[in-house]
Amino acid sequence: MTETAPVDSTFLDTTAAEPTRARRLVICRLQVNGEGVAVVAPVHWTLLELLRYQLGLIGSKQGCDKGDCGACTVLLDGKPTLSCITLAVAVQGRCVETVEGLGVGGEPHPLQREFAERGAAQCGFCTPGVLMSAAAYLDELSSSAEPVVRQADIAAALGGNLCRCTGYTKIFEAVHAAATQILQRSKALADTSTDDAS
Amino acid sequence: MSRPISSDKTARDLHRLDTDGAEGSGPIVGGRHGKHDALPLMSGIDRYTDDITLPRMLHCKLVRSPHAHAKIIAIDTSGAEALEGVHAVVIGSEMPIPYGVIPWTPDEHALALHKVRFVGDPVAAVAAVSEEVAIEACRRIVVRYEVLEALVTPQAALARADLKIHEDNRHGNITKHVHLEFGDVDAALAAAALVVEGDYQFHGSTHAPIEPHCAIASVDGKGLLTVWSATQVPHYLQRELAKVLELPMRQIRVIQPAVGGAFGGKSEPFALEFCVAKLAFKTGRPVKCLYTREEVFLAHRGRHPFDMHYRTAFAADGKILAIDAKSLLDGGAYSSFGLVTTYYSGQLLGAPYRFPTYRFDSTRVYTNKPACGPKRGHGSVQPRFALEVQLDKASRTLGLDPIELRRRNFIGENSVTINGFHIGSNGFLQCLEAVVQASGWAEKWGKLPRGHGIGVAGSCYISGTNYCIYPTELPQSAVQMCLDRSGRVRVFAGTSEIGQGSTTMLAAIAAQELGVELDDVRVLAADSDLCPVDLGAYSSRITLMAGNACLTAARTLGDKIRDILAQLWGIPAADIRLEHRRAFSLTNPQVWMPIQEAFIITESKLGLLGSTGSYTSPQSAVHGDYRGGTIGASPAYSFTAHIAQVQVDEDTGEVTIEHIWCAHDCGHAINPVLVEGQIEGSVYMGAAEAVMEHHDTLPSGLRTDGRRRDSGPGVDGLLMASSLLDYRMPTSLDVPQLTALIVQAPDPRGPYGAKEAGEGPLHSAIPAIANAVFDAVGVRIDNLPISPEKVLRGLRNQAGRKPC
Ligand code: FES
Ligand code: FES
Repeated sequence: MTETAPVDSTFLDTTAAEPTRARRLVICRLQVNGEGVAVVAPVHWTLLELLRYQLGLIGSKQGCDKGDCGACTVLLDGKPTLSCITLAVAVQGRCVETVEGLGVGGEPHPLQREFAERGAAQCGFCTPGVLMSAAAYLDELSSSAEPVVRQADIAAALGGNLCRCTGYTKIFEAVHAAATQILQRSKALADTSTDDAS
Repeated sequence: MSRPISSDKTARDLHRLDTDGAEGSGPIVGGRHGKHDALPLMSGIDRYTDDITLPRMLHCKLVRSPHAHAKIIAIDTSGAEALEGVHAVVIGSEMPIPYGVIPWTPDEHALALHKVRFVGDPVAAVAAVSEEVAIEACRRIVVRYEVLEALVTPQAALARADLKIHEDNRHGNITKHVHLEFGDVDAALAAAALVVEGDYQFHGSTHAPIEPHCAIASVDGKGLLTVWSATQVPHYLQRELAKVLELPMRQIRVIQPAVGGAFGGKSEPFALEFCVAKLAFKTGRPVKCLYTREEVFLAHRGRHPFDMHYRTAFAADGKILAIDAKSLLDGGAYSSFGLVTTYYSGQLLGAPYRFPTYRFDSTRVYTNKPACGPKRGHGSVQPRFALEVQLDKASRTLGLDPIELRRRNFIGENSVTINGFHIGSNGFLQCLEAVVQASGWAEKWGKLPRGHGIGVAGSCYISGTNYCIYPTELPQSAVQMCLDRSGRVRVFAGTSEIGQGSTTMLAAIAAQELGVELDDVRVLAADSDLCPVDLGAYSSRITLMAGNACLTAARTLGDKIRDILAQLWGIPAADIRLEHRRAFSLTNPQVWMPIQEAFIITESKLGLLGSTGSYTSPQSAVHGDYRGGTIGASPAYSFTAHIAQVQVDEDTGEVTIEHIWCAHDCGHAINPVLVEGQIEGSVYMGAAEAVMEHHDTLPSGLRTDGRRRDSGPGVDGLLMASSLLDYRMPTSLDVPQLTALIVQAPDPRGPYGAKEAGEGPLHSAIPAIANAVFDAVGVRIDNLPISPEKVLRGLRNQAGRKPC
């Protein structure tokens, strides 16, 4: 477990300058992208602030800071969550996944690859949030008994993520392609294991 | 002559790109590739401005006016300065030099000097150790105002010429008036078989990029100021910073990191950039300012609301004889690009149709609202709506298919518009044909069951303008290029990548010409210390201008390599091809070497391999010979046709846009994936404006909660939607089905024939939807947005019942 010390002067000054408002510090212990972290942060900080400004995980973006745009979407215990309206102290002991944890060993996630190849990210600012919502959709899809990739389900899964550049068309295509790929792969795997068993 | 993209042959014939290369294969220019810079952006690796944190960085917040119109009597900053953690406060009098993106209309100050002109006008700025402390400090700054009557409609602003929003403005509250007349309009109107006359209202909308504005400034010990900003015009920012801060330009470095969308909303300097720069000088520490979402809505510079009166005259066969247009533009508190907008409101209407007489009269006025400026399709989306609806009305009266009416009025390629603009290639008829085919128009128009309808519209846009916004004979774009011994190409360009794909476009051209793969090209862009000037990402200029500059630089290097290899191999240089990491003889494929080796051999003979390319637009015989005749003239024009299919719920008045087909003539698609993306994004944005979005202040007498309140000075001018929840834009569940069709009519002025793709495809989406609503239920909505309320009112009128 890595202990991150509060070395940022900005952060220390904050409490000093505002004695009027009780600014308690808390230690937040949580799992971020599979790694345990313990961070000291002001009690009123959001999870987004903690990720971006304390842990340097800048992949999660701030588009509105009030729960309207979805650019800050992360997975909290596997569920898409708006980190800008989630207090850091409220996620003690829980698992957070950000876009930085999406790929494996330097390899982009199939979603990222499809997004890049199909032009589903233009300015890219909404993309980390979109990817996390899409990743949750893929998880749900692959764990369902009769997985079918449906456009309507994809649109619903991304309903909380505003994109201003793409008109969503290429985003739908990319998620569709990644979903199809993943289903085929798991089907192939299942087939091999059935073969092995027989 | 135009060719649809579906035949892959197009690209190959044009550039002879067939290859048996060992590496990639297929064309790079014209091939379907992803966006060059996408992966690192979407992985949290490359940084947008707010992702940058500098050691000892302070945070800046602004104090903004609560009044729409008021004099500033006094500002007391002592309470803020006394607060622990506050390092500096700055007010308007410390930056008294006015600026404006258009050099002829400098009417803005970094912070308001004597007066505030809209609710949200910035008055003071604070640098403190954290955002929280800065916010608290802002609360402690006391500003005394003398409140004036707020003029929130253009009619009120015109009527109150005595109450000037800008005291030194010459004509009351009028910021610009343009009146131009070509041919005898009145005679044509008098002689016409049909005159369609109507009033049209186009409402305001805003860009709402998902990334808010953000800027950081840092000063080194020697006085060099570096500003990182989420801007789409780093060069203009550098100029205006120099002016306001009274520094030589050489002492300012502007870096534009990745930008999270702009659409015209970041195409001029804003208060935050001046404030962080000033505060960095005052404190000696880096300073960052990140606008809140509400501040982004206040910064605005979005689509101007237009009140339009149009008369269009037709012959019995549907030929347009005259257009007589009168427009009143609601400019908001400052000029911004307004001088240009006022011209564009008439100047950009001259194609794709031919008409022999034309008059437009446009007046832009100041109002006490956030300033309007250039939003995607600057100044020409509003008049396009009026004209294309007029055409639809005419086709109904004349009993002509609206497609046929548009065909009959086609201006043609290599033509000159009534206002003197020279059109080169023109694929408009192919665009019409493409959407007619794809949508099944013939089976649908006038034939769908009631409640379902289909509509068409067409448009034209510019690929950059021939003149810079400040007078100069310098190139509008330039590129430096360097090859190195690793087999890599480096491209240095001042271009602004804002998501539209300029970096990918430059990489494709360099890779195509120098025989490397896309990933072998590093594009270093928008850093004023390292890159030559490009004017910025506006008026759809980069592909044509920077693309041409890049092509020149790359061909210069390619020629050098071919010359050296020709000597080495004893074959003519013309026989040598550079493709997919190989140099080879076209006639004898046995003769080849890896491209890296070719670079090394050439460098060993000639020294470091560098080149430059510049682009200066054609300056003569392409525009009108009259005052203002250069404004809006472009090297090349793009063309678009839209067909929209809608469903109207007659019980609720709700319009559901089911499908929009858009065909766009972009000359040559350097990367079809990105062109489609631009088309889809534009159509989405246009559709959103048509039925959902509305940026305006609350009507007088209403509070934000919709209840009535006592009106009086100082309470008007509140934004009615200043969050992404209240400002309704389409989510993935609202967006219609979009079909993007690429049409290619290569223009000799574009690189490989390329023209613009980023703005044109927005325009005619809106009138196509309005025309489809009419086809569905026979109701004309000439007053945007098309809201359920207006549709219901129209339906009730139609039924002869009293309107609600
Ligand atoms: S930043 Fe969290 S929803 Fe917009
Ligand atoms: S890609 Fe720009 S907001 Fe989605």
